[in-house]
Amino acid sequence: MKKEKTSLLRNAGVQSLLASLLCILIGLIVGYIVLLIIEPSGANKAITTIIKNFLTYSRTDTQLKYLGNTLAKTAPLLLCSLSVLFAYKAGLFNIGAAGQYVIGAGASLYFALALNMPWYVCLIAAIIAGAVLGAISGLLYAYRNVNVVISCIMLNWISLYSVNTLLTSVKDSTSPYTLPLASTNPSAVLPTLGLDKLFNGNEYVTIAVPLAIIIAIIIWVVLEKTKMGYELKATGYNKNAAKYCGMQEKKNLVMTMAIAGALASMGAALYFLTGFEQWSCSQASVPDMGFNGIAAAFLGGLSPLGSILSSFFIQHISSGGAYVDKTMYCAQISDLISSIIIYVCGFVLFFKYAMNKWLDRSAEKKAEKEASKDEKGGAEQ
Amino acid sequence: MILLLQYTLIFASVLMLVALGGCFSEHSGIVNIGLEGIMVMGALGGALVMKFLPNLSAPLMILLVVICSMALGTVYSLLLAVAAINFQADQTLVGTAMNLLGTAAATVFVKAMNTAESVDNVSSIIQYVNQKKALVVYIGKFEFNWFMLIALVLLILSYFILYKTQFGLRLMACGEHPQAADSVGINVYKMRYAGVLISGMLGGLGGIVYITAGVSEWKFENGVAGFGFLALAVMIFGQWKPHNIALAALLFGMLRALSNVYTAFDFLAALNLPGNLYNMLPYIICLVVLAFTSKNSRAPKAEGIPYDKGQR
Repeated sequence: MKKEKTSLLRNAGVQSLLASLLCILIGLIVGYIVLLIIEPSGANKAITTIIKNFLTYSRTDTQLKYLGNTLAKTAPLLLCSLSVLFAYKAGLFNIGAAGQYVIGAGASLYFALALNMPWYVCLIAAIIAGAVLGAISGLLYAYRNVNVVISCIMLNWISLYSVNTLLTSVKDSTSPYTLPLASTNPSAVLPTLGLDKLFNGNEYVTIAVPLAIIIAIIIWVVLEKTKMGYELKATGYNKNAAKYCGMQEKKNLVMTMAIAGALASMGAALYFLTGFEQWSCSQASVPDMGFNGIAAAFLGGLSPLGSILSSFFIQHISSGGAYVDKTMYCAQISDLISSIIIYVCGFVLFFKYAMNKWLDRSAEKKAEKEASKDEKGGAEQ
Repeated sequence: MILLLQYTLIFASVLMLVALGGCFSEHSGIVNIGLEGIMVMGALGGALVMKFLPNLSAPLMILLVVICSMALGTVYSLLLAVAAINFQADQTLVGTAMNLLGTAAATVFVKAMNTAESVDNVSSIIQYVNQKKALVVYIGKFEFNWFMLIALVLLILSYFILYKTQFGLRLMACGEHPQAADSVGINVYKMRYAGVLISGMLGGLGGIVYITAGVSEWKFENGVAGFGFLALAVMIFGQWKPHNIALAALLFGMLRALSNVYTAFDFLAALNLPGNLYNMLPYIICLVVLAFTSKNSRAPKAEGIPYDKGQR
């Protein structure tokens, strides 16, 4: 029995799971301490509210409705995290998911509101725009040796300002927000296929949710079961070795970034085409969604299937933050918790290393003990 | 015209301070993406001094604001230093987390403070209308900000430290080839700590300069609207050298200033370009320059790679 337990702890998947749970725990503890410092009397209630999110409502149908809201926001987050992890497998840190998300929002909303296109055209437009943006970073890296992180950061801001300018043409004249989607062009709203009925008539639950999960599974298959995924990972481990083995490492890098870009901008389209939120053309900073995608990717142990769980969790506590008692706390407390979780994710590698070392040491000790026991036994005989 | 000059100089001071911070960190071998978060924290430190000690004399006020924003920035940068140097964490990941954390923590803090003062106040705004007057001197119509002078002094000091002192040269060695530096008895870990903490100090100061430039209250929910990233662009455009960084900061600061005041110029208003274009230009310029210079980049060679003593 004991032997099995050690081997279980040595399993990479189990280690990732443990590490992620530890990150979440630390994040929640820090959040709880902050709540205690601000106002001790309400801290217990506030932290349970954040964890419970939609469960704070007592009636099942209201719960379902708000679960639907959380799911509608989970879909874009999941795609952003897939974008980050896909690039990370090829050794590239796609901090540009944020900008690709922005360009996806811009392209889908422009096609929907200005050109009156149906939803699938808007979705494809967003995917192409994101792929192009991602490919620019990839090309700059492969052919001009420009660091991907740097070019992505520049492109994040370039796309933010361009999208703000572009969408001003379809803006409501009295507010900074773009025109409401459902009344301006109903054909651009993603179809629900009856999913809204499952969530008590929440019209924001669309095909986006199942589509995002299907894409996560496709990404897993591509990475684990195809030649392309193998080549991407090989390029990530060692660019030069991959080249030596006859892989087209430059083409692989560009393609990775293009796919990563397409994923993030598709996430934006799947979100903005539900009509859940309108784009604010006076936005002064890049939306957090892409950066939260980084959090979800790392919290999910850089596995597409883990990402499904981790993005739901992160969205769950972010939405939960909205329910805390506003006379004592503010909703940003959940941003604080999720940013602590990302920060702690940086220590995951060290955690795994320390754990393996600890396992080695305890295995060694056990072996020693057994050896001495045998010796003793031998002496008695 | 005077307004343009004034905004250019103050924005250039911000960018220069933060970019110099980034420059110290990168020369020691740590990529500091978290400058944005550090700026927010520094801004918070300075704003708190102005809020709670409103009646200080001008020199004392400036001194305290500078010290406090630097201190908070430095303490905050410890998060990066510990994770990246002792625990070999991914520097981009930690930096990103710090950016998100900086804004979130500052917002939570300021909102909690405001709500504690009066229950109805749920904003994340700190005001410093009167206190700000201590920071500026009017020369004719030109609003001279003492921070401009401080930025200039720190620029000269940074140049001197990096190129003319033993410390600076050792610091740069750690970013180029840490193993070699270690072999001649330089403590790489200590040097990297120094680099990151200096970047926290300068970044924090840059934060307070930014939120007092032009406005007299700050909504911390907005963070610093990408100035940390713009400073990163300045640093790269300046090829990691203090004197070039100063020139790059002037150029990018001017573009930023233009986006605020371009309508006052007839020929620019006649072009009828969207104001966002001026905001975008620094990043585009930086990207183009990178595309042509990165083959033989001046970036520190070992930046972003955790240093492990046992590795060869």
